[in-house]
Amino acid sequence: MARPSVEQVWDWLAGVPDPEIPVVSVVDLGIVRDVEWQGEELVVTVTPTYSGCPATGVIQLDIEARLRECGVENPRLVRRLSPPWTTAWISSGGRARLESWGIAPPVEGRASTGLPVPCPRCGSGRTERISEFGSTPCKAAYRCVDCLEPFDYFKCL
Amino acid sequence: MGAPSPDADLQAFLLRMGDSCLILGHRISEWCGHAPALEDDIAMANVALDLIGHTRLWLELAGEVEGAGRSADDLAFLRDADGFRNVLLVELPNGDFGNTLMRQFLFDAWHVPKLRGLSASSDTRVAGVAQTAVREATYHLSRSTDLVVRLGDGTAESHRRMQAALDRLWPYTFDLLDVDDAETALAAAGVVPQAAEVAGAWHDHVEAALAEATLVAPADGPEHRGGRSGFHTEHLGYILAEMQFLQRAYPGAVW
Repeated sequence: MARPSVEQVWDWLAGVPDPEIPVVSVVDLGIVRDVEWQGEELVVTVTPTYSGCPATGVIQLDIEARLRECGVENPRLVRRLSPPWTTAWISSGGRARLESWGIAPPVEGRASTGLPVPCPRCGSGRTERISEFGSTPCKAAYRCVDCLEPFDYFKCL
Repeated sequence: MGAPSPDADLQAFLLRMGDSCLILGHRISEWCGHAPALEDDIAMANVALDLIGHTRLWLELAGEVEGAGRSADDLAFLRDADGFRNVLLVELPNGDFGNTLMRQFLFDAWHVPKLRGLSASSDTRVAGVAQTAVREATYHLSRSTDLVVRLGDGTAESHRRMQAALDRLWPYTFDLLDVDDAETALAAAGVVPQAAEVAGAWHDHVEAALAEATLVAPADGPEHRGGRSGFHTEHLGYILAEMQFLQRAYPGAVW
C-alpha cells in the first residue's frame, strides 16, 4: 500500500480509545505527542500519564495493533518523558466527553486549592472532595452536596 | 580497582531511588484490603502504584547506565538484600496505620524536594523521570502531611500513637538524609541536587507540620545509617523473600 500521510495516521489514532475511559481517545488525552516517518518506519512518540498507570502498557499495544490493522508494517513506539504529560493537554472535545461520561474534567489551577469542582451530573458548584485518591491514579473522589451523587474528578497533573 | 566512574556513581544513585520506591511501594501495598477506611485503602494502593511506577523508570535507567543488559525486573527480583540501596526507613514494618503514615510523611518530605532538584538535572534522562514523578509525589506529601497533622492533633489516643511512631522512626531519618561520595560527586556535576538543599527543605516541612500536629521530634538518641552501602535491617530479607519468590522459584516466569 501507499505510505499513509501523517494526517491519516493521526486520524486513525483518534479512533484508539483509552482502555479505562473509552469515551476519550489517546489523541484526546494528549499522550500521542508526535507522528513521523523515519525512512520506512512510522515513529509514534507517546508520553505516559501517571508513571504507575496500568493502562500505559495496554495503550501502547492498542496503538500498535491499530496501526498494523491499518496496514502500517513498521510502526515504532517511542516513549518521551520530558516534558511530562499534563492534564492541560487533554483536548476540549475530550473534556466534554469526560463530563458526559460522568467524570468531572480537570479544572486547571484548582487541583490543590480545594476550590469547587462542578458536579458533572447536575452542574452544581457545591461539591466536596472525599479523597484526593480515587478509582484510578488520575482521579479523585468527589461528592455533590446538591444531588448527593458521588463522582470521579479527573485531577490536575 | 580504579576510582569509581561517573557512570558507577550514577548507577548507585539510581538504585537508591529505584530501590527506595520499590520497597516502600511493596510495604504499603500490604495495606491493600486492610486499611481502616475504604478511601484510605484506595489512597494507599494508589500511592503504592505510583511508587512502583517510579521504580520501573529508575531501575530501567539504572540498567541502561550499567550497560550489562539487566532489565528493571532483573534488578528488582534477582538481587539479594546486600545489593539493595534503599533508605532504611522504607523497609521498616508498617506497624499500625499511624506508624505507616508517619513513615510515609517522613519519606514524602524528602522525596518531593529530591525530585524537584532532580527535575533540573544536567542529565536529561534523570530529569525526565523526576519531572514525571514529582507531581505524583506532591500529592503523596499533601495527603501524608494532612493526616499526620490530623492524627497528631487529634484524640489523646491518636496523638499518643503518632508520637510513638515519630520516636520509633526518627533515628532512621539520618540515613534518609545521608549522602556519600558518589552523590557528592554527582551534585558537583549538577546531576543531583545539593544534599544541604534537600535536607533544608525536609527540615522546614517536617518541623512546620510536626508543630501543627503538636508532635515533638526526639532531641537526641540513636542515628541509624547504612542503606546506601547495602547494610540493612533484618526486615528487608523478609520483604524480598516474599516479593522475589516467584522469580526465584520459577526463573523467567512471565504472564
